[in-house]
Amino acid sequence: MIAELGHFALILALLLALLQATVPLLGAARRDLGWMALPRRTALGQFVLVSVAFMALIHAYVISDFSVANVYENSHSAKPLLYKVTGVWGNHEGSMVLWVFILSLCGAAVAGFGGNLPAELRARVLAVQGMIGSGFLLFILLTSDPFQRLMPAPPDGRGLNPVLQDPGLAFHPPFLYLGYVGFSVAFSFAVAALIEGRVDAAWARWVRPWTLAAWCALTIGIAMGSWWAYYTLGWGGWWFWDPVENASLMPWLVGTALLHSAIVVEKREALKTWTILLAIVTFSLSLIGTFLVRSGVLTSVHAFAVDPARGTFILLLLFIAIGGSLALYAVRAPRLKGGGLFAPISREGALVLNNLLLTTAAATVFLGTLYPLFSEELGGPKLSVGFPFFDRTFAPLMVPLLMAVALGPLLAWKRGDLLGALQRLWLAFAAVAAVGLLGFYLTHGGPVLAVFGLGLAAWVFMGAVLEWAERVKLGRAPMDESWRRARHLPRAAHGMTLAHLGLALTLAGIAASAWQEERIEIARPGQDLAIAGYTLHLDEVAQVAGANFTADRARITVTKEGKAVADMHPEKRFFPVQQMPTSVTAIHTNLLADLYVALGDSDGAGGWTIRAYWKPLVPWIWIGAVFMAAGGVLSLSDRRWRIGVAHRVPRGARVAGAGD
Amino acid sequence: MRRLLLCLALVAAFAGTAFAVEPGERLTDAALEARARAISKELRCLVCQNESIDDSNAALAHDLRVLLRERLAAGDSDEQVRDFLVRRYGQFVLLRPPIEPATYVLWFGPFAVLALGAMGIVVYLHRRAAREPAPAPLDDSERRRVARLLKEDG
Amino acid sequence: MRRLLYSLPVALFVVLAAYFGVALFSGRDPHAIPSPLVSEPTPSFELTGLDAAAFSQDALKGQVTLVNFFASWCLPCRAEHPLLMRLAEQEHVPIYGIAYKDKRADTERFVAGLGSPYRRIGLDEQGRVGVDFGITGVPETFVIDKAGRIRRHYGAPLTADQVRNDLLPLIRELTRG
Repeated sequence: MIAELGHFALILALLLALLQATVPLLGAARRDLGWMALPRRTALGQFVLVSVAFMALIHAYVISDFSVANVYENSHSAKPLLYKVTGVWGNHEGSMVLWVFILSLCGAAVAGFGGNLPAELRARVLAVQGMIGSGFLLFILLTSDPFQRLMPAPPDGRGLNPVLQDPGLAFHPPFLYLGYVGFSVAFSFAVAALIEGRVDAAWARWVRPWTLAAWCALTIGIAMGSWWAYYTLGWGGWWFWDPVENASLMPWLVGTALLHSAIVVEKREALKTWTILLAIVTFSLSLIGTFLVRSGVLTSVHAFAVDPARGTFILLLLFIAIGGSLALYAVRAPRLKGGGLFAPISREGALVLNNLLLTTAAATVFLGTLYPLFSEELGGPKLSVGFPFFDRTFAPLMVPLLMAVALGPLLAWKRGDLLGALQRLWLAFAAVAAVGLLGFYLTHGGPVLAVFGLGLAAWVFMGAVLEWAERVKLGRAPMDESWRRARHLPRAAHGMTLAHLGLALTLAGIAASAWQEERIEIARPGQDLAIAGYTLHLDEVAQVAGANFTADRARITVTKEGKAVADMHPEKRFFPVQQMPTSVTAIHTNLLADLYVALGDSDGAGGWTIRAYWKPLVPWIWIGAVFMAAGGVLSLSDRRWRIGVAHRVPRGARVAGAGD
Repeated sequence: MRRLLLCLALVAAFAGTAFAVEPGERLTDAALEARARAISKELRCLVCQNESIDDSNAALAHDLRVLLRERLAAGDSDEQVRDFLVRRYGQFVLLRPPIEPATYVLWFGPFAVLALGAMGIVVYLHRRAAREPAPAPLDDSERRRVARLLKEDG
Repeated sequence: MRRLLYSLPVALFVVLAAYFGVALFSGRDPHAIPSPLVSEPTPSFELTGLDAAAFSQDALKGQVTLVNFFASWCLPCRAEHPLLMRLAEQEHVPIYGIAYKDKRADTERFVAGLGSPYRRIGLDEQGRVGVDFGITGVPETFVIDKAGRIRRHYGAPLTADQVRNDLLPLIRELTRG
């Protein structure tokens, strides 16, 4: 009954979406206020209806209603409640419902918080959102209906994959989707602007918060996925250039470029057509990612079950959405007037460089991911593109970008003084030299690239700190003056500093992986393993039984120079129902380095393989990502984004905020 | 997810879960072992998704790790070991595609895009500057005004 | 000129979509790894047969044969087994089996229980011959012509459709030619 309700709600939502896709566009063209006001209600209505559908699906999972085919395939009565709920989006149909849920949430947010937008723009933006919603709701209803029933209802479900029962993995899709789908708002703004034929500073200011919010979510989503892989897979890898990982990285790279180029549109009204293109491309990459994961065209650990009908439908959606918007771009963009001039060496110049490098990096990832497919189609050999390719192409592109991160904010708009900026960064140079020397000293001339990377991280870090210090005149004015300046700095400035600091931390974490130590030994209980100054003493390996698994559990006491540091309990679990083994790695972190221990096989004679890794600075990879997202959130809270549309006030009336 | 299940099921079928390089596989000669690790990192595990044989748990990965160590111990060069495997499994086994005409677009593509983009920017800036003349430089009285204003602002 | 530049993104996209379309409709299996051994001579191997006699690639010369890698622990091999029996008994196709990473006793039991479509069975306990043939699992089947060259590789269990539409016509063509 509830499932049918959910199904019906989706159908109603589709009808509303179709309405929303058409009426406001006509309304904006005819300047009919009534028709332009319609989408605010339909957007809200859609959100309510899709929420009902989503709740209906969650309900079916929670009560383990196995007459619903989707629940049968992907759930099991023995699953803990948390994982029953998160299992809703661990499969194709359920994740599509999550997709449209977030899409309708974005639409409702624009309807609700978009009071400061001019009526025509808002109407058009919501119309485009409606088009996207219609497409995906149709997709769900025609090819991926989660509410199909199974008669007779089977006694229990098939979905008890222990690998999926993990908090990191369970919450990573919602953040990812908030990112992917969140970029649809920027897309809608871009298409609306093209329809309207006008892009200006105000447009950039309106687009920014939505793009920023999506970007923060995507940053967190990618970081969570990477962190999950790190602690689950047993040897501490955290990025594999898997096609679906790349599909999330590409929108992130282009989204970062979009955030930066929108600044130029806002401040200088330049780079307008480029920014519009970026907004379209970012969401297009999200859509292409959706296609790659669900069509079966590429193989990947993440890929959902394949169905050519679904692939075809998504391809059609892609064609209409991306082809349509890019065709509109080809026709309308040339008419947009260009904006301010700037010299190559200037803040705009640095942002243009940022965009060039980020989009080239995205193109590189795109090429690497899809080349095997294209090569095979053209009759070439079946190729494999992995780490070695990306190390040699992606990494070199990032180097000049990171150099610019410290320099760019110090350059003036329109015409910057490079020499002056470099001089103000002398402390950053000093930091780089210090880090470099320290690195060489510690490793006796070890991995050069890693030392370089660490130096670059120091450069970015110090650059961000020095720029902030300059803004608040730290050291050059009395402390309370600096404090006053800091408090009055727009939050977006603090956000930028925080985000760039986060970038430096992540870079440092990545570079330092060259210094990791590894010890893989067979040890008997009572024996020791030495790694990175720590002594790992294997106390015992015991057999334990869990709810639905048996496990070999090792107890390892870690000491450093005689002092106790930690007790670690790596496990190897075996789930008899699924005949599936998993490992539980033990990680001890002091936030500067991780001690990572996994239990291997028994040698049958009382000895066990212990794999121990010491990974310096690895936690900084994820701490950096959190800083980046925090910087984004801080920027979001800047009150300048809540600026309203100018409206006439009668003469003599008090204007609030005047003289502020 | 199904693929991951299949992979893990295959692994489980081969008694127990080995995690990548086993102590028993390692060569005693440290230099040879280092070469073996470096080569393994660039060879794809063919029954897994995007893992190298150095990282993978699969039995086939184990077999290949042992095999390539034997060949190294027998005196093969790195190139010969890679060729040995490519002859049997095709180029797909290499995680680093060779640089040859079929892959020029792949390897040189990124730099071509960068170059094209940079050229595009240069042309764009040039054309804009040519179309709109630079503002006239300040004369003396204007310069003095600017200096005075800046001094006031501190 | 400017117009052309603005049309570039949509043009590139159309090409991309075309590629995706072809990939979708070509019916290719993204998991299939094409074997580089097709059109190459059979890799040489020396195995002990289940019958305790030696078994090498020489046994395959002079006739069109099938080499099938299988194992007693492999479930899909059991599913494929009836097809192989039919090929051997009704179509009289010479099939040679190689037991991959299997213990002698287990292979004997497998064959005793299900029947053997194989003229001879080699025991590849270490799996080295499997690596030489470039297999990544079992079952995998190779079609070898009279001159001892590999002509076709099936990386997955044979299906009835494949046998009818692809394998048998190929064998007939190779036998004639």
